[in-house]
Amino acid sequence: MKRVWAVLSFVMIVVLLTACAAPTPQVVEKVVEKTVVVEKPVEKVVQATVVVEKEKVVEKPVQVTVAPPNYGKVTILSTQANPVEEQEKMRGVVLKAFPGKPEFVGMEEPALIDRVLAEAKAGKGSADVLISLHGTYPTLQAADALLDLSDLVPTLKDRNIPEAFMKLGKLGTDKQYYIPVMQATYIMAANKKALQYLPAGADINALTWEQLRDWGKNITEATKDKKLGFPASDKGLMHRFLQGYIYPSYTGGMVTGFKTKDAEAMWAFVKDMWQYVNPQATTYGFMQEQLLSEEVWVAFDHTARLVEAFKQKPNDFVAFPAPKGPKGLGFMPVIVGIAIPKTAPNPEGAKQMIRYLLQDDVQISILREIAFFPVTGVSYPGFVTVGIRMEGEAVSKQAASPAALPALLPVGLGAKGGEINKIYRDAFTRIVLKNEDITKVLAEEGANLQKLLDDTGAPCWPPDPPSKGACKLQ
Amino acid sequence: MKPKRRANLEPYLLLLPSLVYLAVFFAWPMVQAFGLAFRADDGRWTLEFFRRMVGDAAFWPAMRTTLLLVVAIIPLQFILALAMALLVTAGLRGSGALIYFYALPIAVSDLAAGIVWFSIFTERGYLNTVLQGLGLLDRPFIFLQYGATWSLIAIILAEVWRATSIVFVILVAGLQGIPKEYFEAAEVFGAGWFARLRRVTLPMLRPSIQVALILRTILAFQVFAVVVALTGDGVKVLASEAYQWYNQWRNLNVAASYAALILAISLLSTGIYLRALRTRAEAMAG
Repeated sequence: MKRVWAVLSFVMIVVLLTACAAPTPQVVEKVVEKTVVVEKPVEKVVQATVVVEKEKVVEKPVQVTVAPPNYGKVTILSTQANPVEEQEKMRGVVLKAFPGKPEFVGMEEPALIDRVLAEAKAGKGSADVLISLHGTYPTLQAADALLDLSDLVPTLKDRNIPEAFMKLGKLGTDKQYYIPVMQATYIMAANKKALQYLPAGADINALTWEQLRDWGKNITEATKDKKLGFPASDKGLMHRFLQGYIYPSYTGGMVTGFKTKDAEAMWAFVKDMWQYVNPQATTYGFMQEQLLSEEVWVAFDHTARLVEAFKQKPNDFVAFPAPKGPKGLGFMPVIVGIAIPKTAPNPEGAKQMIRYLLQDDVQISILREIAFFPVTGVSYPGFVTVGIRMEGEAVSKQAASPAALPALLPVGLGAKGGEINKIYRDAFTRIVLKNEDITKVLAEEGANLQKLLDDTGAPCWPPDPPSKGACKLQ
Repeated sequence: MKPKRRANLEPYLLLLPSLVYLAVFFAWPMVQAFGLAFRADDGRWTLEFFRRMVGDAAFWPAMRTTLLLVVAIIPLQFILALAMALLVTAGLRGSGALIYFYALPIAVSDLAAGIVWFSIFTERGYLNTVLQGLGLLDRPFIFLQYGATWSLIAIILAEVWRATSIVFVILVAGLQGIPKEYFEAAEVFGAGWFARLRRVTLPMLRPSIQVALILRTILAFQVFAVVVALTGDGVKVLASEAYQWYNQWRNLNVAASYAALILAISLLSTGIYLRALRTRAEAMAG
């Protein structure tokens, strides 16, 4: 009997082990030689019934089976479009017309970084294409894990990607390490019920932060509820509000003015405003949820984290630019870049994927499906729903404001890009939530920030004035 | 031929796969984590990361909350589980079904449990809806706000609901292992229910209590998913800090220091339990 149990448990362990081993990603070693016949969908924009293939004219209506080039299996690791529905849209719509076999794998950023670094270390990989925020790439480039894409740049000239964006993709070197593929930013959204409480004389498209506070105050006085909302949970992007919006608006920069008198005044203001922010904000991750449930009426968040509200109830919400402060309208453009790891098994297919994603119709389809805005010069308003158009207008108004002060994501911190977020979040927690002394907290967190800058030698980045050597706090 | 030698080798052969599994997936990563926590990039041993962890603004609040949760949750769970176990083994009608009912939360993942409790306690959650419906509140009460005692109470409730069942199952198994003769003998000598509980049940249950306490305490120091699901960034515990340092702030060394600290505390508490609840050999002999 004992033996039976022993054998049984042995079998169990073997089964468990094999079960654990099973899902390891397959490493593609051979180029797919089989030519797959793919049905080429007819362009949606042009209602053509005739498809010209070289000299041969095929007079077959609607659908034609042709044999386009096949770029084989292209594995995409992406930190963007990660929620299940968005992944499905990427697979089912955005990537559908790619001539090859795209495989879209959604991942959290740390997992993606760890996997690419491990593949680089092993000298052998399975990922062909990476899609991630600008901030992911310095870490990967520091480990020499990214392919130089400079040869691709001339072929993308006609895409009209802004030069400033392309420059970001060089990561401070003279080589192109990623190509910008889509963009987003943070804006404000409000329930139309809140509009009646706007402070007298305030223009929703040119608010000041003080007016936003007064708006919140008016709402609280009228409804007894605290209806301003910020994404201050661990999943929320509160640190971007601090780094890219309120700091530049009050100090003109993100880093250099960290502990100045202007910064102290700013924190005093944030504390003041926080009286009218829903006290459950430390559980808020995506503000669209609280907007839709009407737990808050006025919220700040990433365009992709507000879009569901505009999509589901376009008549209930308005989108508007972030307010401005004494030093201007600080805002943060978010650039999503596409890169190829050095260990990509199918680099040719990967490059084709980059070209594919930058096509005008694919750029529009990205906007329509996952609400990231095009980086190319394509004009989209005719192709998207009202909700997305509202967001788009707010985004343009924000960028075009005469007071605009674009703030880049932290650059040049390499693998320590995450720790700077902690410093801003900690300052917020201590000053606003725990009511600690502003000057003392700024001195302590400022020392942490200076140490981080010194350790990495990161020079100042916009909107702070350029520095020689490591950026210095005032 | 040589059946004896084969028989001697067999257990080890059968143990081998699990040993390999443990070595590859537990022991080696653990060694690596210690390396991360105590070695600088250039390979020298350092306490820099440990100091950074302790000096961090979030460290002491996280430590305090974790200890507070352990102190609040474990006695509560233990008393509840004991009461439930005694009820089930009392031989009432339908107590068989009661076992399944009590054991059910084991099957729920802790994250799912956290989300369920979040939907109860959130501003527009079930609790507020019910209280408003009964006319006890005229507007939603915000339980999960930063720094409020209510967030802690919500965590304690969720944890008690979720993890009492594991203590319960262990205690039921222990109770069923106590021979009836002891109770009968005690009864003959005129021991009442409470005396039987104190003089027979609890001493006989000691090994089970030990296992249950060790298991629960270790798990309580690792409490994470429920806290994060319920309060987001509102309440910090040791494990959530480890996760944040790894996941958000991307400092693997400090994250590993937190992990090492949690391991050290768990080992320490296990040691204390093993000493305090030592079972005497004669007690086992029965």
